Amino acid sequence: MATLLDKLWDPHVIADLGDGWWLLHVDRVLLHDLSGWRAMEEMRSRGLAAAAPKLAFATPDHAVSTAPGRRGDSYGPGEKLWSGLRDGAARNGIDFFDLGQIGQGIVHVMGPEMGITLPGTTLVCGDSHTCTNGGLGALAFGIGSTELVHVLATQVLRQRKPRAMRVRFEGRPGPGVSPKDLVLHLVGRIGADGGTGHAVEFAGEAIRALPVEGRMTICNMAIELGAKMGFVAPDETTFAYIAGRPYAPQGEMFERAVAAWRDLVSDEDAVFDREVVIDASAVAPTVSWGTSPEHTIAIDAAIPAPEQAPDADRRAAWGKALDYMGLDAGRPIAGTPVDWVFIGSCTNSRIGDLREAAAVARGRKVAPGVRAWIVPGSEAVKRQAEAEGLDAVFLGAGFEWREPGCSLCVAANGERVPEGARCASTSNRNFVGRQGPGARTHLMGPAMAAAAAVTGTLTDVRRLGA
Amino acid sequence: MTPFTTVTGAAAPLMQPNIDTDVIIPIHRLTGTARETMGQFAFEPLRYGADGAENPDFILNRPAFRGAPILIAGANFGCGSSREGAVWALRGVGLRCVIAEGFGDIFQGNCYQNGMLPVTLSARTVEELARQAVQGAPFTVDLINRMVISPGGTSYPFDIPPLRREALLEGLDELAQTRKRLAEITTWQERDQETRPWVWRHLPQATKEGST
Ligand code: SF4
Repeated sequence: MATLLDKLWDPHVIADLGDGWWLLHVDRVLLHDLSGWRAMEEMRSRGLAAAAPKLAFATPDHAVSTAPGRRGDSYGPGEKLWSGLRDGAARNGIDFFDLGQIGQGIVHVMGPEMGITLPGTTLVCGDSHTCTNGGLGALAFGIGSTELVHVLATQVLRQRKPRAMRVRFEGRPGPGVSPKDLVLHLVGRIGADGGTGHAVEFAGEAIRALPVEGRMTICNMAIELGAKMGFVAPDETTFAYIAGRPYAPQGEMFERAVAAWRDLVSDEDAVFDREVVIDASAVAPTVSWGTSPEHTIAIDAAIPAPEQAPDADRRAAWGKALDYMGLDAGRPIAGTPVDWVFIGSCTNSRIGDLREAAAVARGRKVAPGVRAWIVPGSEAVKRQAEAEGLDAVFLGAGFEWREPGCSLCVAANGERVPEGARCASTSNRNFVGRQGPGARTHLMGPAMAAAAAVTGTLTDVRRLGA
Repeated sequence: MTPFTTVTGAAAPLMQPNIDTDVIIPIHRLTGTARETMGQFAFEPLRYGADGAENPDFILNRPAFRGAPILIAGANFGCGSSREGAVWALRGVGLRCVIAEGFGDIFQGNCYQNGMLPVTLSARTVEELARQAVQGAPFTVDLINRMVISPGGTSYPFDIPPLRREALLEGLDELAQTRKRLAEITTWQERDQETRPWVWRHLPQATKEGST
């Protein structure tokens, strides 16, 4: 009666530290320029070396420019982070994927596409969206800088085992409804702390039917439920995705691995500490209206009023959120004019996301006065999209086609949405100032963001008939 | 790590739910700021106006709460990004303890790495403490006895994992503790290379000789 969490966790236990705490082996470490650089510097100053450098992989994503023709020093303040990560990786014997190379990109896009992320592995990164990698059935979670140094120096972590939670999406989503809509709906439904202290297994018919990329979109936002870890049981779809990737096991070793991975499912009689069931067929394209990822509504709904909030603290928070967002309660959210569109981030920057957005953009034009950016998640995604001619579709429609990185998801590289501007964004956080001081973010899926770009307003993509 | 035993002082009530780490320390402050000086940017979007002047209404700008060692916060405090800078920034304004109904999991872990005590209490208790805190009268947080003591002298017991409590009380460094177990780790890894070779074998020399 083991849960998938048990089957992912227990094989990595080196020692029982008592009281629900465990010494856990870490199989993979991803490093990026923001937190990885700091960890490398700290290791150097303390005279520490990576214990298992071949289990760690580094690439710059947060603080590098995504302007066409960029270099590592194009964004001045990011230069020392980029070069510091590169040099730290070299010092420790860690593989580093530099700008322009296959492997460069948002760490959580890079890990899976390079075959570094594997089912049944433990994987960490100094980044809360590490849970994205759970889409392949890995136990992947974000840690802080001190823990990152700890794991680099020892290859283990002290961790408390979370409680097990399962979210089942039953039924099939309707046309125009993407994995992003499912997960935005879920966060709105159970709240930004609905998964705190838990590891979330995403299951059910709608999840099984998704390609790996869509599963990653959903796992990406486990942290927006407060859960450090989110994962999907690996299956034939997963194994087919992994086969042949550069760092994945090959040949007979791959077959052996798959045989072991087939056991990574929750047993029929597994007991969960919390279970949530969502009817996927009833979910509409969903957008955020406020400043927490729990502030989401269907695109055909009205902007909620603070009086509808469930408690006093939230009533106050909703009022502040509406002020910050410059929205009037009671008005339909659809039709709200946007100034910016951002299609990118580790939530929605993979090739499937770009195809969905391109399907909407094809034969249309970005509305006057709107700036719309496409930022592919990785060098590999970028090259694939260019091979398919998607860049031409976007450029022809008036979108800007950029280099891979985090960009407007987090505004750590000097790229930001201007103060007061409203942005339709495929990223995962609509926090105050997340896309730049005073920027107003509406979270949504890639087709919805493309629809906002071509109409100039928040729009139900189903009405465009794309 | 700075040990934590007891702390006495004003407790600043900041009862907004879901205060995220992007608000606690904005991203662009992480790239150019040393850990020791991050306090100046703690809560920057709330603490300062658009012109950079202090917002006099923000709780930590009020005379009674400047340098307060305790924060009483709304639910899900520290959700969002894993940035440890959030804890460094809070330490930088003099905070040693945050009391809330719940915390972001990663933020909570980062607190323990930096001598910051996260205290979880029920929503009702947190509300009650926040009401008693408004005048700036001193609270005591006593980790030895696991109690929050209000200005009126009422004690509120709290739970904390024993391992975390011990590490905070003694200011233990986790890395030093773990390094005592290196032999155990190496033995585990050697066995794992047999049972799960695919995790290791395609990666030449996955562990560096002599370092584990
Ligand atoms: S794309 Fe955004 S959420 Fe993802 S790793 Fe980069 S900054 Fe973090």
